[in-house]
Amino acid sequence: METALLVKELRSEFAGPFELNLGAGACAAITGPSGSGKSLFLRMIADLDPNQGEVWLHGTERASLAAPEWRKRATYVSAESGWWADTVIEHFAVHSRSEVAALAARLGLHVDLLDASIARLSTGEKQRLSLVRALLPSPPVLLLDEPTGPLDEESVARVEALLQERMAAGTSILLVTHDPNQAERLGDQRYRMVAGHLETP
Amino acid sequence: MNPILLTPLDISIAASLIILDAVLSIWLRLRLHRQIAIAAARMVVQLVAIGYVLRFIFALNNPAATLLLILIMVLVAAREVAARPERRFKGHSNLVIGFISVGFATFVTSILALTTAIRPQPWFDPHYAIPLAGIILGNVLNSASLSLDSFLGTVRRERQAIEARLSLGETYREAIAPLVREAIRRGLLPIINQMSAAGIVTLPGIMTGQILAGLDPLEAVKYQILLMFLLSGGSGLSALAASYLAAWHLTDERQRLRLDRLQ
Repeated sequence: METALLVKELRSEFAGPFELNLGAGACAAITGPSGSGKSLFLRMIADLDPNQGEVWLHGTERASLAAPEWRKRATYVSAESGWWADTVIEHFAVHSRSEVAALAARLGLHVDLLDASIARLSTGEKQRLSLVRALLPSPPVLLLDEPTGPLDEESVARVEALLQERMAAGTSILLVTHDPNQAERLGDQRYRMVAGHLETP
Repeated sequence: MNPILLTPLDISIAASLIILDAVLSIWLRLRLHRQIAIAAARMVVQLVAIGYVLRFIFALNNPAATLLLILIMVLVAAREVAARPERRFKGHSNLVIGFISVGFATFVTSILALTTAIRPQPWFDPHYAIPLAGIILGNVLNSASLSLDSFLGTVRRERQAIEARLSLGETYREAIAPLVREAIRRGLLPIINQMSAAGIVTLPGIMTGQILAGLDPLEAVKYQILLMFLLSGGSGLSALAASYLAAWHLTDERQRLRLDRLQ
């Protein structure tokens, strides 16, 4: 399989060094106890925290790209979603309403939610909408931090179906999850994070 | 009309009002009499000292001495700006940001006023330069510290939102813009209030002082209007500088949000 994401000696003050080789359309699932550095690892790849080492995507090194350009290609979705405007739709590009609605519907979200104020949303709704926000521009790599943490079973199934569809289209996914079954279902490669180091079980 | 000069006796009579405060404090058990006494004593010592310093600097009439005194005043103001916000940067960054924003705003507005509006001969005459810089300093200190406090207070709370935007590929500049705007707004509010209230709710200090010193009210008013314009310009510059400097200091070459640089 063609390598999409290549991580070499990636480390920071708090975690690493990490090595990872993820194929196009593949999913690496990471489990492990809270505080072991799973989120830190994803944030380091997205270059949100200071780190050293190399990250390559389809033969392009991260350092050769401006940080925003890199993050458009390797998009991190945090476990707690962040919002900066009053209503949902303000968080999306101006003419993207129909695409947002279509994607939101696939995750079981009602179209009315697009005009709702952020303060009224449940954690699960926010989580799915933040996933929609990240999926919309179809980045080649998704760094998902517990994307289904607060969701019910049906919503989990919808999210997983959508992710699998994206993987079939060539999107590579780095998935942090607390659910071993989810890791089993989605992960082509499975890792366990222990005290800042990746281990293969 | 010459100003009415005060004698030590005149001041002693007014000082009896401080005694009144102290008696009140003891009588009502406010436990403030110590603080009142200390504050009053400090005020007298500080003001008499600055009176002598000013007299000395005026007599020297040396631009370097004038500049030095203003720099010291800026430094003291910068310390105030640095100390007021509840949240701080690690190291001395608060002080540096305070010094640059307050100093920059004070110098730009003072020099503008001295060279275009007031025009003493020479323009750096300490009789004009020092009091003017002092008034401007007091105001820009206020706006710089409010802006810095607003920015540092909200940035931690808004972390999720800022990082969500960064994660989606927005630039740091875009992601931080709402916080910078809010910080600048906060720094400008006091001067806007001051301008709206001037003459109705308050008789501004400079104007009152000049009237007491014997100046015609309309002349005093002209000075006050000039000052208000200077102060609003100075507030704008210092709020802008403090907010942008704080925002820049919280990011790096990879456009990350570096909250680790906060205490």
